[in-house]
Amino acid sequence: MQRVLNFLALFRRERKPGDLIFAVGFLVLALACLVAVPWQAQFLGKKSLVEEPGFWPSVGVVMMVVFGAIHFVCTWNAPRLPGRLKEVIVWARSLEFVVWFIVYVAAVPVIGYLPATLLFALLLTLRAGYRSLQMLGAAAGLALVTVLVFKTGLGVKLPAGAVYQYLPEGIRSFVMVNF
Amino acid sequence: METIFQAVLLMFNWPVLVALLIGSIGGVVIGAIPGVGPAVAIAILLPATFSMEPLVGLTLLLGIYGSSMYGGSLPAILINTPGTAVNALTTYDGYPMTRRGEALRALGLAYGASFFGAVLSILILILLSPVLAKVAPMFGSREIFLAALLGIILVIIAHKGQMAAAGMLAGLGILLQSVGMEPVNYTMRYTFGLDWLTSGLDLIVVVLGLFALSQAFQLIVEPDSAPDAQPVSGSMFRAMCEIWKYRRTAATGGGFGVLMGIIPGVGEFTAQFLSYTAARKRSKTPEMFGRGSPEGLVASESANNAVPAAAMIPLLALGIPGEALTAMMLSVFYVHNVVPGPGLFQNRLDFVYALYLSLLLLNVIVILWMVVSSNLLIRIIRIPTRFLGMAILVLSFVGVYSLRNSAMDCMIAAGFGVFGLILKRLNLPTVPIILGMVLGGIMEVKLRASMGRIDSLLDFVNRPIAALLVLAIIVIVVQSIRTSIGDLRVRHEESNKPQQNKA
Repeated sequence: MQRVLNFLALFRRERKPGDLIFAVGFLVLALACLVAVPWQAQFLGKKSLVEEPGFWPSVGVVMMVVFGAIHFVCTWNAPRLPGRLKEVIVWARSLEFVVWFIVYVAAVPVIGYLPATLLFALLLTLRAGYRSLQMLGAAAGLALVTVLVFKTGLGVKLPAGAVYQYLPEGIRSFVMVNF
Repeated sequence: METIFQAVLLMFNWPVLVALLIGSIGGVVIGAIPGVGPAVAIAILLPATFSMEPLVGLTLLLGIYGSSMYGGSLPAILINTPGTAVNALTTYDGYPMTRRGEALRALGLAYGASFFGAVLSILILILLSPVLAKVAPMFGSREIFLAALLGIILVIIAHKGQMAAAGMLAGLGILLQSVGMEPVNYTMRYTFGLDWLTSGLDLIVVVLGLFALSQAFQLIVEPDSAPDAQPVSGSMFRAMCEIWKYRRTAATGGGFGVLMGIIPGVGEFTAQFLSYTAARKRSKTPEMFGRGSPEGLVASESANNAVPAAAMIPLLALGIPGEALTAMMLSVFYVHNVVPGPGLFQNRLDFVYALYLSLLLLNVIVILWMVVSSNLLIRIIRIPTRFLGMAILVLSFVGVYSLRNSAMDCMIAAGFGVFGLILKRLNLPTVPIILGMVLGGIMEVKLRASMGRIDSLLDFVNRPIAALLVLAIIVIVVQSIRTSIGDLRVRHEESNKPQQNKA
C-alpha cells in the first residue's frame, strides 16, 4: 500500500479549490463519450482503420479518457484546499449572465438591434452595480457606437426587429437596414 | 522585385491602410486594458472580417495581433498587471523600475525592445521567403499531417505541469471538430440524433465562447476593480532610443521569438523564458533580474513581439496554425477561398509579401502612436472591470449572432463561455481545445489523402521531410518522457527526505 501511495505522490500537482469537481466531471464526460463510441462513431469495415468515420472521434475520446484519468489522479492526490463550495457558487453565478445573454439574443429579432442593445447595456450596467449617470451614459454610448459600427457601418448581417414594421413608412426601411 | 512591387500595389490601397491603422491603434488600446486581450478582440471581429477583402480582413486582425503586446506592457510596467497574458514576465522588471521612479525609462525600453524584436522577426521572415517558397511545395499530405501531429504533441508538452490537462483538452478539441455529418461517408458522429449538431460545431462559435464570453462572465462575476496609474512625463522618444545600448539582448530575444514562433504550439511564453534566461546568464548584473533590470525587460519584450511575424510562417507555408490567434486567422483564409499552404507561396507570393509589408508598417504606426499616447492609454485602462465585462458581452453578440443569425449558436457559445470561465478560474489552458479542433481537422483530411500512397508504416518516412518530422516527433516525445521521469525522481526523493529525517 505504501508503494502505491508513493507512486501516487509522484503525480501531485498544485491545486485550486474546485478542481476535483472539474476533474471528476471531465472524466465522467470522457467515459460517457467512450461508452457512446459504438453508436455515435461508426466503423464501416474499411480496409484501413484511419479511413473509418469513427477513427478521429475515437482518437479524441481516448485522449480525453487517458489524459483525463491522469489529471484526475494528479488532482485527487494533491493536498486539498478549502473553498470548494465557494468556487462552485462562482461558476453557478455565471449562469445568471448566460440567461441575460440569451434574453438579449431572443430580444433582437423582436424589438430590433438598437433598442435591444441599449436596453441590455443599461440594465446590465445597473445589475453590475453602477448607478451613476456617467456610467449609464457610457453604457448607452457603447451600445450606440456598437450598433453604428457593426450594423450601420460594416453592414453585419443582423435581423431587423419585428416591431420596426409598425414604424412610419418614410423611415421604416432606413431603420430596418441601419439599426 | 516585381513581386514586391505588386505587393506594394496590393497594400497601398485605402481599405488596407485604414484596416491597418484601426487594427494597430485598436490593438494597442485592447492590449493595454487588462482583461480584454487580442484573443477576445479577434474572436469578436472575426465574423465582421468575412465581408471584407482577404487582405483587408487579415490586415485588421494582424494589426491587433501584432500591436496588442505593445499596449500590454503599459499596465505591466505601471501597475504590475499585465495587459495581455504574455506581458506577465514584463512585470518582473518593469514594475520595480516604476517603483524606483524610472517609469518613463521602463516604458521606453519596453516599446523599443518590442519594435526591435518585431522588425527583426519580419526581416528574417522576408529573407526566408525564397527558401520557404522552395521548401513549402515539398510538403505533401503526409508531411502536413506529421507537422500537425507535431503541433498537437508540442502544445501538450509546452504546458509543463499541466500536460495531462492539455492532453485531455486537446482530445476534447479533436472530438469537437469531428461532431456532425462526416463528409466522405455521410455518417453522423456524436450528434445524438440532434438536428442542430448535424452541421457540426463552428470553430468561431467555440472560440467566441471560450475566449470572449468566458472573459465577460469572469469580469462580471468577480469583484469590481478599476486599475489606477500615475501619468508619466518626459521624452518617450529619447527613452526608446536607449534600446540601442541593449541591442545584443534585444537581438537574442528576437532570435528566440522567431525560433519559437515558427514551431507550432510553442509560442511567446517559451520564447520569453529562453530569452530571459539567456540574458540573465550573460548579464554583468544577474542579481538585478526580477528587481528592475533593464536587460530583463528588454529580453522579455523583444522575444514576445518577435513571435507574431514568425507564427505566420507555419500558417502561410503549411496552413498549420501554431496557436489560438493564428488558428482564428486561418478561418479568414478559408472563408475567402485563399488556401494557405505550399500553393500560396507558389501562386500568391505578392499576397504573402503584402502581409509582411503590413506587419512592418503596423510596427512603425504603433511605435509612433506609443510615443504620443501613453498618458491617454493610462486613462483608458481605468475602465472598471464589470463595465468591461458588460461591453464584451455586447460585442460578443455581434460576433456569434452575425455568423448564421442562429440563437442556437449563441447558446452553444454561452455554454463554452461557462466552460471557459471554469478553466480560467482553475488556471487550466483553453488553447489546446482550439488547436485540437483546427489541427484535428487538418490531420483527418491529410491522413486520409495520404493513405492512397501508403501501404506500410515505413512509407511514412520514405521522403526526406517526412522522415525528418517523424524523427523530430520521436526525439521530442522521448526527451519529454525522460525529463518527466527525471522530475518525478527528484520529487520522489524530496518526498522521501522527511521520512528519512524522521527515521
